[in-house]
Amino acid sequence: MSDRIKEKLEILADAAKFDVSCSSSGSNRQNKNKGLGNTGAGICHTYTEDGRCVSLLKILLTNHCIYDCAYCVSRRSNDVKRAAFTVQEVVDLTMNFYRRNYIEGLFLSSGIFKDSDYTMERLVLIAQKLRKEHNFNGYIHLKTIPGASNALIHEAGLYADRLSINLEIPTEEGLKLLAPDKNRSAMIEPMSYLKNQIAQTKEEKKIFKSTPTFVPAGQSTQMIIGASGETDQQIIHAAQYFYRKFFLKRVYYSGYIPISYDQRLPAIGSAVPTVRENRLYQSDWLMRFYGFQANELVNGEHPLLDLDIDPKLSWALRNLDKFPVDIQQADYRLILRVPGIGVASAQKIVAARKFGALGLDNLQKLGVAVNRAKYFICCKGYQQLHSDKRAEVLKAYILASSKSKFSTSDNGQLRLF
Amino acid sequence: MDGKILQFDGSWEGLLTAIFEVFEYRIDPKAVIDGRHVQINLFEPRHLVTTVEAKAARVRNGLLEKVGLQGIRELYHVYLSELETAPLLIVKTALYYFAQQHQNGQLNYGHNEVLAVKQIVKSVLRERHRMKAFVRFQLLQDGLYVALIEPDFNVLPLIRKHFKERYADQRWLIYDVKRHYGLYYDLQDATEVTFGEGHDISQHSISIGANQQEDMYSDLWKRYFKSVNIPERKNTKLHLQHVPRRYWRYLNEKEGF
Repeated sequence: MSDRIKEKLEILADAAKFDVSCSSSGSNRQNKNKGLGNTGAGICHTYTEDGRCVSLLKILLTNHCIYDCAYCVSRRSNDVKRAAFTVQEVVDLTMNFYRRNYIEGLFLSSGIFKDSDYTMERLVLIAQKLRKEHNFNGYIHLKTIPGASNALIHEAGLYADRLSINLEIPTEEGLKLLAPDKNRSAMIEPMSYLKNQIAQTKEEKKIFKSTPTFVPAGQSTQMIIGASGETDQQIIHAAQYFYRKFFLKRVYYSGYIPISYDQRLPAIGSAVPTVRENRLYQSDWLMRFYGFQANELVNGEHPLLDLDIDPKLSWALRNLDKFPVDIQQADYRLILRVPGIGVASAQKIVAARKFGALGLDNLQKLGVAVNRAKYFICCKGYQQLHSDKRAEVLKAYILASSKSKFSTSDNGQLRLF
Repeated sequence: MDGKILQFDGSWEGLLTAIFEVFEYRIDPKAVIDGRHVQINLFEPRHLVTTVEAKAARVRNGLLEKVGLQGIRELYHVYLSELETAPLLIVKTALYYFAQQHQNGQLNYGHNEVLAVKQIVKSVLRERHRMKAFVRFQLLQDGLYVALIEPDFNVLPLIRKHFKERYADQRWLIYDVKRHYGLYYDLQDATEVTFGEGHDISQHSISIGANQQEDMYSDLWKRYFKSVNIPERKNTKLHLQHVPRRYWRYLNEKEGF
């Protein structure tokens, strides 16, 4: 038995790895009646060699699929080894990995076999067994299968900490081209249903404390980047739309990894757009924690993010009239907008300046990237001298004085020409 | 007045007592040393601190008033760092807190000692978080889950609650190989345990007593770890940043690397 389970695990973990979400935070499930597990801030138990966190046992129930989406490794027409776990196998793996402190919980997705309801039913059954039979209180993330009935989705929500449904292709036209069997509205419907149920549960919980939790860590989604020729403007505006309209907890961006000779897609061997992906995540953070709007970052005039500098610096250079920001006086929200100052440093600045004026050396010590920030601030003993400079000049100064984490590969390429 | 050396017994209460005596005897502390680690040097004048619970309690209450539980916790984390510079830093920072007219001196990020405290706290908390992540239990025949760790700082006291709440239905032991003590949970309470001289536990002794399913699950985990990797995105620098080599010894998925 154990050899077959080893092979299954390899196949079904490999097929699930393209879903980048591995978050296990945002839920607050307590360990009840001396059972097993709890959830909290989220822990990454190890990291793959590509540097991604491994927090959950992320597997497909099966990679058999009736759909033929061009970008997906499990598409019907692809010639890959197929496998399927039994319900008990997934339960045993989860329990035994969890007991050894390998994982925070289970992230279960699946190819769609037979039909949506049949697939969703099995996902729900596993979650139910873990919660009811094994008193398992660790994290469970289930995929919402498009087209599954509301009753099943609701049941999933009672057991899962998070539910997600991947948009995959940011634009509707792209989806039509690459996944003709799928349509956008079948993905949005369950999202919308869950949003309402989550809101309703919150209201009920205010009145009845005993109301059972319902998807406490909320919903998330994922978009593949660079598979369908979309612009950053389209991606970021789509993300903002889903954050606002469906209160998603996270939108993930996954640089397309070429897995097919299909003419509609980037060829096998072309590079994964990791820098672009990184800039998109930075923009996502700016929207969620820094109070930026999508159209401040990308708009009709600037539909693409700069690859050589981060989006906050890019915004600042386009808006030099908003600077310099006075460290001693300025509002927290303005300090947050200074390149080189993050959320933690901004909070420290606001706390520390009550004790006395802060100089550049203080800022440096408490974590500000002064080499970038100094062009945009004034503080004790420091008046920035470059206020008359044009944006391109400032950009050149900053690039010359900093070393990007991407710079080695860039230099290597430049030297060729 | 010339600075004086204080010597305490290495305990947290001892350190709090030292702070009390700095006020009591109007000492200007030049160094604060852990009596367990120093050799006797008769020529250096020093003030010997004898731990007195009542004095420690008064300092604790005084700090509580000035900087709250969070502020005390920070100093305790610095104490657990076991850095040579930690005791003096804790005493000096506490003096600064007491000298403040107002509360919340711990928020003055512009103050050198306060900032130094924050930085050490950050390192200690990072180590605590890593131990929550990198503990790898192995199941023994008698149903005990055992893990060996070797953290940079003495973080066992800081992870006790986490493991007790999470693994409430299994007996477990987390053993600090470097400091020769562990935490043992018996389904009721998690308590500190030590083994007699020459009876330390090792990976060898664990392997001998392992449950028959242990190898299979360890192997499944290693296969899983390999399968979720995306070779097209290989990024060794990032990998090492998250999982520094010194932790690999106790991570089964990194065996053989």
